[in-house]
Amino acid sequence: MSKMQIPLGPQHPALKEPENFMLVLDGEQIVDATVNLGYNHRGIEKAAENRNYIQDIYLIERVCGICSHSHVSCYIGAVEEIAKVEVPAIAKALRTIVAELERIHSHLLWLGVAAFELGYDTLFMYTWRDREQVLDCLELLSGNRVHYGMNTIGGVRRDITKEQVDEISKKIKYLKERTSYYVNVVTEEPTFLARTQNVGKLPKDVALELNAVGPTARASGVDIDVRRDEPYFIYDQLDWKVITYHTCDVFGRAVVRVLETIESYKMIEQILKAIPEGPISVKVPWKIPAGEAVFRYEAPRGEDIHYVKSNGTEYPERVKVRAPTLSNFQSLPYCLKQGYLADAVITIAAIDPCMSCTDRAVVYDINKGERKTFDQEELRKYSIEFYKKKGISFK
Amino acid sequence: MKLKDKIILWSRVKSPWIIHFNTGACNGCDIEIVDALTPRYDVERFGMLLKGTPRHADVMVVSGPLTRQQAKRFKRIYDQIPNPKFVLAVGTCACSGGVFDGCYGVVGGIDKVIPVSAYIPGCPARPEALLDAVVKLITQLEKSAK
Repeated sequence: MSKMQIPLGPQHPALKEPENFMLVLDGEQIVDATVNLGYNHRGIEKAAENRNYIQDIYLIERVCGICSHSHVSCYIGAVEEIAKVEVPAIAKALRTIVAELERIHSHLLWLGVAAFELGYDTLFMYTWRDREQVLDCLELLSGNRVHYGMNTIGGVRRDITKEQVDEISKKIKYLKERTSYYVNVVTEEPTFLARTQNVGKLPKDVALELNAVGPTARASGVDIDVRRDEPYFIYDQLDWKVITYHTCDVFGRAVVRVLETIESYKMIEQILKAIPEGPISVKVPWKIPAGEAVFRYEAPRGEDIHYVKSNGTEYPERVKVRAPTLSNFQSLPYCLKQGYLADAVITIAAIDPCMSCTDRAVVYDINKGERKTFDQEELRKYSIEFYKKKGISFK
Repeated sequence: MKLKDKIILWSRVKSPWIIHFNTGACNGCDIEIVDALTPRYDVERFGMLLKGTPRHADVMVVSGPLTRQQAKRFKRIYDQIPNPKFVLAVGTCACSGGVFDGCYGVVGGIDKVIPVSAYIPGCPARPEALLDAVVKLITQLEKSAK
């Protein structure tokens, strides 16, 4: 039988986001796979250069709705490093709580979506029902369900009260019980095991070579976690461990995510027991001194890197976002190859792709069919020329 | 009203099936849309069911600012939905472009390309707001037939 090429996406019932996969099939088996990105490219990095540091917080938050706190914390971390600001202890503690609540919400969301891709709708409805509890905690703490707006340069925007601590502890206790049930489902349920074991294999050496990060890498036995390797916030004062697993398949990635949720509960409980006192933020001038900084942050999907360059004004000169999904996408064609078409969707879902984080810059000439990448300086020149032609002047 | 029309209206009001389309959203509105479908908000009690293909759907739920890459494809998917069709623009981005208005990769709100039945503002729109829009859409549908 001859080989057949089929597109998956950008509009596909199983993919919640626009992305495109070109799969080459030999019968039922996938022999080759290419990832096409760019459907979600909005131009955030360029927009960030035209807004001041405070406005950028709210723009960067909207890089991604699921890991909004991760991107903001990462950006703010870099800005604070340039401005040499010492953040109060209570702000660090509150940032950590929100970060871990976000990880719980993201991992429960992933478990639901993965179950949905498997056709296991009961688990999907269960996890999403329980996920509401985490969203309630976040709403209680920050006032919002999705974009929290909790961070500001030099601290956080809201304090925590005694009642909030009690309420969150109560909800965490409930979630702990439910999660132990999910651990059983993921590790024992025959349907789940049959669909995930030995699917989307990614051996350790390949994971290292292709630069996998986060739960995808940890499920292949790669022991990396920025929270431990380069601690930020107050992770170095907490008692927790990095979860790794050795099966290198989709099943392993599910186990790592569910167990990580339990670690997050542990962390939140420890912080809630001893919240420091004091002012929640320090004042930072609008103009940030010239300099550049890179900040690494462990987002729910893996290592997130932000690079900020300032030139002494209140506008950043450059903001670069390297989202975890971009890193994980390198390994995805490897996982898809030799698998079956029916498993393609769960294999894609297993890295927990987040396109809105990932789509930064790629150029594709439709007429010629050529693909071209720019470096920063070229892209900058190109964009300035492009807008000058349209009659927009630059400072 | 003939019996045939009555049956058609009844089926239309009782089971408006939806298709979800992401035109370049940050995921915030998407997870709130899925939230509305799951137990706490349970939009399925209005007969709404998430469908995979545009040919089965009556209502298109759209989130996100319209990116240049998606604009053409979005129009195509819209054209595939059988008449009569309705469009819900979820979130400030889908309504007007929101925080991304003016970015080089963004065309603007989705109404630049297709007509919109209901605008649901909010960043992201809360599931309650979504339910409100759904109820308004259904009541409007009932009224228009009379």
